[in-house]
Amino acid sequence: MQVGVTLSLRSIRVAYNGKAVLKDVSLQIRSGEVLALVGPNGAGKTTLIRTVSGILTPTRGTVRVNERDLGELSPVERAKFMAVVPQARQLPPTFTVYQTVMLGRTPHMGWLGFPRKEDEEIVHQVLVRTQLEALAHRRIGELSGGEQQRVLLARALAQNTPILLLDEPTAHLDLHHQALILKLMQQTVQECGLAVLLAIHDLNLVSLYADRVALLVDGRLQREGHPAQVLTKKEIERAYGIEVDLLEHPRLSAPLIIPKSNASTERIAYVT
Amino acid sequence: MRATSPAPFWSARPYLLNGLALSFALFFSVAVGAVWIPPQIMVRLLAVLVLPLDLSDVPTAYQTIVHGVRLPHAILMALTGAALGSSGAAYQGLFRNPLADPYLIGVASGAGLGAVIALALRWPSTLGGWMIVPLAAFGGALLTVFIVYRLAKVNQSLPTTTLILAGVAVSSFATALTSFIMLRSRDELHRALSWLLGGSTMNGWTPVWAAFPYILSGFLVLWSLSHTLNVLQFGEEQAQQLGIAVERAKLGLILAASLTTAAAVSFSGLIGFIGLIVPHTMRLLWGADYRQLLPLSALGGACALLLADLLARVALAPQVLPVGVVTALAGAPFFLWLLRRAKNELVW
Repeated sequence: MQVGVTLSLRSIRVAYNGKAVLKDVSLQIRSGEVLALVGPNGAGKTTLIRTVSGILTPTRGTVRVNERDLGELSPVERAKFMAVVPQARQLPPTFTVYQTVMLGRTPHMGWLGFPRKEDEEIVHQVLVRTQLEALAHRRIGELSGGEQQRVLLARALAQNTPILLLDEPTAHLDLHHQALILKLMQQTVQECGLAVLLAIHDLNLVSLYADRVALLVDGRLQREGHPAQVLTKKEIERAYGIEVDLLEHPRLSAPLIIPKSNASTERIAYVT
Repeated sequence: MRATSPAPFWSARPYLLNGLALSFALFFSVAVGAVWIPPQIMVRLLAVLVLPLDLSDVPTAYQTIVHGVRLPHAILMALTGAALGSSGAAYQGLFRNPLADPYLIGVASGAGLGAVIALALRWPSTLGGWMIVPLAAFGGALLTVFIVYRLAKVNQSLPTTTLILAGVAVSSFATALTSFIMLRSRDELHRALSWLLGGSTMNGWTPVWAAFPYILSGFLVLWSLSHTLNVLQFGEEQAQQLGIAVERAKLGLILAASLTTAAAVSFSGLIGFIGLIVPHTMRLLWGADYRQLLPLSALGGACALLLADLLARVALAPQVLPVGVVTALAGAPFFLWLLRRAKNELVW
């Protein structure tokens, strides 16, 4: 599929009602890599995703794909560059899985939304890839949270874009579905060379599935780099205001983070 | 069937069934009336519309009753029902609220006010004059829908409570103004009252021709935006991320739905609940795909209003009830049932 895109954020500043939520954030994501966006609640992860996807306009800075300024693009053009996997909340329950995934073809279809043979082919492939084939004609209201989240991933994959943004896709999911979603994401990255920006809370999943990590604190980029460089005791304690223990993964060179059970809650209260 | 065989969004069955029901409703609407017309003559009088038949042995009075009075009335009712059904479906999709209905959210009352202002300035008598009325109604409808939308919006969503409250308040205000204007033209009092309650007050083909172009064009615009409506069901943010120019789409939907409603209200008065009951029934029967839901709601709306109109004419015959009274009697309990259900779950 598409190869060789670079998504770059240059000195992004975003403000709501004059209050800065993102301050001077610069990041680069290349095809074939997963950049995890972590940080405490309210650090600006969702804001960053919404800015990159064009819902919010930065007050300063630009979002570029291969030197092309996304601010100049219409929603359709932008939707051909990037797809978003939002959290599965308040989905219209009577839509079927198939219909929902087909909506991912919207930017490629005409204005009337008539699917062509090619669209049907792609939707079929995506349904197989995301293991949703058996559920294709079920209504999404009947599905579990994990299945609904997979439907949204499938819809984004059907959009067939070089860039994929995920906004906490594993929140509220059980272990099995967390792993399934992230594995599917990882497979697609390897096979199709997507550039992925993944906002996520679980730091242990980050060390397993992300190539690089950006740690966002209070709208600023505190640290960015390889998981082992960013997810250190010092950085985490500084960002989250809680004492943690770091363990080595039994098989991989990935740090596992465990909050100290007797950690003082004073600083947590201060941060939130 | 392969599990992912493309679900055809278009299937003929619902159209056939609804079309059949509509044909029956049309036939009975024309066949039933104050003057008894023998069935064999009735059939010939209808067949002559499509076949070259010799009707020289049929009394001209019958011909006038059927071709000049009942048929245009039935077609006006069908058009009105189609307009209310499809615009109801569109408003529900646009506001993502199952209780949005042109009557409940005040658009119909606003359209009525606009129409009455146009009518009060001078009762026009040419077709061109009559065609101004829906435009004035359109203005009134747009004004109300923007006011209600602004009043009801909480952050990014449009909760049922605020939508209905704003709708009721704005609607009451518009209706009061309408009554005021109408009561000042005394000779028209009965006619005006009947119109307010949803009674068609004009005979003949003029209202049909005056309403038809607006309803047709409004419906076609809505239908062309039905894929957009589908995407919008996932919320405005996701719609934009899927490549929809949301603000432009919303504007187009509001303009088209309001035009359709306005044309219907101009000549048939304030008829509630058709735009609520019909899209709901169609959604339950045939699913939520707007590419199907819009045309089916139009067919179903035409059918439902014809039946309501039939009931209104025979219930207290020879007295004719305003059809809005019948739709409200059937629709208000339905609305309450829906409200109860919506409390527990989002019903679509």
